[in-house]
Amino acid sequence: MALALVLVPIVVALVAFAVPSNRLRPWLVPLAAAVHLALVIWALGQPALVTLGGWFVFDDLGKLVLSFTSVLFFLCAIYAPAYLATHPERDNRIFCVALLAFLGTLSLIVESHHLGLMWVALESSTLASAPLVYWRRTPQSLEAVWKYLLVGSVGVALALLGSLFLAYSAFVSGSPQSLLFEDMVRAAPHLSRPWLDSAFVLLFIGYGTKMGLAPMHTWKPDAYGEAPGLVGALLAGGLTNCAFLAVLRFYRIVSVAGEGAFARQLMIVSGLLSMAVAAIFMARQRDFKRMLAYSSIEHMGILVVGVGVGGMGVFGSLYHLINNGLTKGVLFLSAANIHRAFASKSTQDVSGALRRVPLSGAMFLAGFFAITGSPPFGPFLSELTIVNAALLRGHWIVGALFLVLLAVVFVGMGATVLAVVQGKPPERYEAHPYKETFLTIAPIVAFLGGALMLGLYVPRPLDALLHGAADFVQGGR
Amino acid sequence: MSQAVSPLLVVVLLLNLFVLGTSRLRAVINAAAWQGGVLGLLTLFVHREIHVQMVTVAVGAILIKGIVIPFLLMRAMRDAAIRREVEPFIGFIPSLFLGAIGTALALLFSGTLPLAPEHEGSLLVPSSLATVFTGFLVLTTRRKAITQVVGYLLLENGIFIMGLCLLDAMPFLVEVGVLLDLFVGIFVMGIIINHISREFASLDVGRLSSLKE
Repeated sequence: MALALVLVPIVVALVAFAVPSNRLRPWLVPLAAAVHLALVIWALGQPALVTLGGWFVFDDLGKLVLSFTSVLFFLCAIYAPAYLATHPERDNRIFCVALLAFLGTLSLIVESHHLGLMWVALESSTLASAPLVYWRRTPQSLEAVWKYLLVGSVGVALALLGSLFLAYSAFVSGSPQSLLFEDMVRAAPHLSRPWLDSAFVLLFIGYGTKMGLAPMHTWKPDAYGEAPGLVGALLAGGLTNCAFLAVLRFYRIVSVAGEGAFARQLMIVSGLLSMAVAAIFMARQRDFKRMLAYSSIEHMGILVVGVGVGGMGVFGSLYHLINNGLTKGVLFLSAANIHRAFASKSTQDVSGALRRVPLSGAMFLAGFFAITGSPPFGPFLSELTIVNAALLRGHWIVGALFLVLLAVVFVGMGATVLAVVQGKPPERYEAHPYKETFLTIAPIVAFLGGALMLGLYVPRPLDALLHGAADFVQGGR
Repeated sequence: MSQAVSPLLVVVLLLNLFVLGTSRLRAVINAAAWQGGVLGLLTLFVHREIHVQMVTVAVGAILIKGIVIPFLLMRAMRDAAIRREVEPFIGFIPSLFLGAIGTALALLFSGTLPLAPEHEGSLLVPSSLATVFTGFLVLTTRRKAITQVVGYLLLENGIFIMGLCLLDAMPFLVEVGVLLDLFVGIFVMGIIINHISREFASLDVGRLSSLKE
């Protein structure tokens, strides 16, 4: 059954490849997404599924990340046909196939409990998403996809070296030869320390590149800036979360081995650096899609800082993973609508989005307040949890820097967002034919509703899942 | 471990330096191809007994790293009608120098790591790190998209050497998956190279600079 989550999207991708109609093909995406979501909901009720001798496991952490990924993909999939319908002249075969294959590879990353298999899944997800980034076929998107592929592949290559180091640390210490995560956690206390530490550094750099942590973030502004909005949402809320999950799996091994303090230090430094880089580049940012990329870098930083401070911070970090993903859905999809309405993504050409596309403009603004941690949205609570954990555990400086950087980002991002939504639209766009439709608005409303709900109350099953996953990451069970 | 391992690894290290010091693209691609071939051979010598899995991995490596990928790169080079790497971000002599320093550092660093008895005194770990470093250097300092792909190939070659230490621990499926991913990755990069040369009438990644702050 665990296999079905990977296979269903792949099979539908093959079907999509065979369907000749450019108009009907995009509807396969929401269909596959609905089946995937139904399967995930079914699997949530089951105890940890183990398939193929432990290569595939669906544990609490996996349940959390995959169920969110599935919801995210479902909402983006509803948006997809309407988006592709605005480009009837372009053949969307490769786009649909890549989109579905991407869902399959994301599921594989989450479920694989084998060092090598997880690596293969992550590299495949990079390859599957490359055509999505290159969809617009402009020189700029070509440049973006080249950087995306090259930086991503190098990052993932370093992660492979790290995986081999990890395997060698077991080999040297004479532990049983197994690359299954659960076996490695069991053998963790006996692993060779020098190899284990080097392995974690390489794995963190490698999978951190896929997360887009500074200073390996260089692909992100270009890829998010040039990719269609729904792809941006899937990268910012799907792929980066899955890469974070990979980091967490290794953090679990390292913390059971007793080297957790070292790993946490690395995470705090890298997380704060990412937040700082984002804060610097977000100020005076004219391109609002690139601004969202820097926001994603910032929030990946927040995720690792949360794990870095430890304790409740891990819970806050996992909670933030969902809040950030939902809010990124709001921001990227509404930014895509605004982009289309004005045929530009620069604040030099765009103003008065609230008048030109009232719903998208309003949700872009609401998304901005949500992502910068304003109550009553979810990110406020998760960021508060992380700051709280930092202060409780004596990381005064980390907590203070965290708050200062959040404030700087609020100001920097606010300037760009307000320039987009306020004022009068330039006259030449008044006659532009673009109109908001139900299918391009409903997913955004759903994302925003989710972010709002998680700020007001966390459903009991989700709360249990979050606590279970947080214990799991810190080496419990 | 057989007597042939160390000489083969020395060849790998020399090919690293050759790639760093030469400007002709054809020679660079050839060197990477030879390195891939040598690594394939190495697979057969690292362990005493040879079984089917190893032979498959060896043949796969020679085919993919030594023949198919270099062929794709040569074709891309011909299509784009370029012969030389010009004006790299770091010159050829300085990058040779850096490569030599990197190799020395790799030797020093791997001296601090505890090794399993069967790898004691072998060059496997240092040459792996040195090759990864060389790949990284080529990737970051060269302007042509094709040379950057060669850099990525060297990086993967370095990782492959590390993988040889673990041939028993790595399941067959994973080895094949890694090789396949490498192949598909470079194939996709090849497609993009093709688009770059059509779009910009050049393979100079220096032209890919419209996206920046």
